[in-house]
Amino acid sequence: MTVMGLVVIAGVLAAVISCAAFLVWFERRLLAFFQERYGPNRVGPFGVFQVVADIIKLFFKEDWVPPFSDRAVFVIAPVFVVASVLMSFAVISFAPGICAADLDVGLLFFLAMSSLGVYSIVLGGWASNNKYSLLGALRGAAQMITYEVFMGISLMGVVIMADSFNLKKIVEAQEHLWFCVPQFLGFAIFFIAGVAEARRIPFDLPEAESELVAGYHSEFSSMKFGMFFLGEYLGVTLISSLIVVFFFGGWLGPAFLPPIAWFLIKTFFFIIVFILMRGSLPRPRYDQLMGYGWKVLLPLALLNLFVTGAVVLVWQN
Amino acid sequence: MSDYNLSLFYLLIYSTTVVILVAGMIILSYLLGGRHREPATGEPYESGILSTGSARLRFSAQFYVIAMFFVIFDLETVFLVSWAISVRETGWGGFAVILVFLAFLLSVLVYEWRIGAFDYAVSGREILKSIRKAKGI
Repeated sequence: MTVMGLVVIAGVLAAVISCAAFLVWFERRLLAFFQERYGPNRVGPFGVFQVVADIIKLFFKEDWVPPFSDRAVFVIAPVFVVASVLMSFAVISFAPGICAADLDVGLLFFLAMSSLGVYSIVLGGWASNNKYSLLGALRGAAQMITYEVFMGISLMGVVIMADSFNLKKIVEAQEHLWFCVPQFLGFAIFFIAGVAEARRIPFDLPEAESELVAGYHSEFSSMKFGMFFLGEYLGVTLISSLIVVFFFGGWLGPAFLPPIAWFLIKTFFFIIVFILMRGSLPRPRYDQLMGYGWKVLLPLALLNLFVTGAVVLVWQN
Repeated sequence: MSDYNLSLFYLLIYSTTVVILVAGMIILSYLLGGRHREPATGEPYESGILSTGSARLRFSAQFYVIAMFFVIFDLETVFLVSWAISVRETGWGGFAVILVFLAFLLSVLVYEWRIGAFDYAVSGREILKSIRKAKGI
């Protein structure tokens, strides 16, 4: 039993990290496709080994800790950004029996870990002692805590319907009907909040390169920069797989494909949606972004929770 | 070992692996990376312009206000979470209680909205209005 558990842990980590690395290439190719360019196509067949080349290059770059920075915090921040996202993958049920740690508080664990993600931004930006980094970090912190508030509330509809925080039980509760139908509002809000949490276009104002150089990670070099990069793609993978678990029936699907295949297909669909959004949407203004969160999405999330609770109670009687 | 302890044990192994993995990457890049020293190496990169003053700036109080709202609304989520998991047990009684709680919360939201706490920039319409007023149009 224990050996099986260790194999699953190693498998999940290896799969998730290689998926995130693969995404770096995949996104560049897909963006190029949307813009009628070729994208990276030189290294290996279709350019798939571009990622390997990039990683080797990053490892051999100078690992520079700025003399004006807050050294200890500067080193810890990139560790935080990857570790907090990777930890969330521990509770995801990829298929029956394939789950690193099947916690009963899985959903809350994910919310807690995504809150920790804010620290990496703030610590990184503050420790850099660079004005652009500081501004990026402030924006990032304000944006992430705003969207975190109703990210949690939007998932409570799912909790009410499944009557559990356990991700496996949530998937099993969707046997007859995927939650994206009764919880469509919750799905829409979670998706938007997820994009903001992953700091992706259109919500990538913390690192808006046209005004803040690279925002909170301007001063990071070598693999420390790579960590922020990896963290972003891990975040995209995480949000996509959580959307699938909470709203699109996880591994459930017709029996002609194994459960894990269904999970991967659905997840990749949402990853492609993320990339398509990057290829097509402009950034909003910062005050629009914050106003949208507090004035539109928060009341909607509360309304969704309230209506779901009422409907479930009426149904029960 | 019970099921519960077993999953906690797996989580411990998982988190240890994650930390070792990430720390390993950082250390490896520290060992493999080059070193160089030039006149501008130790300066902050601020778009190629020489940096003036420290980055410990004073910034907009708006960010502080957001942090306070976050505390208010995230604490509220704690109550909503505990209600969400027990909807079926607490029934309509619990629903009524949470309704009162939500009413308080929404009044806070409306209040914040009315005092303009969510307006992060001065609106163009307000500026135009004040200009018109000043000119007496």
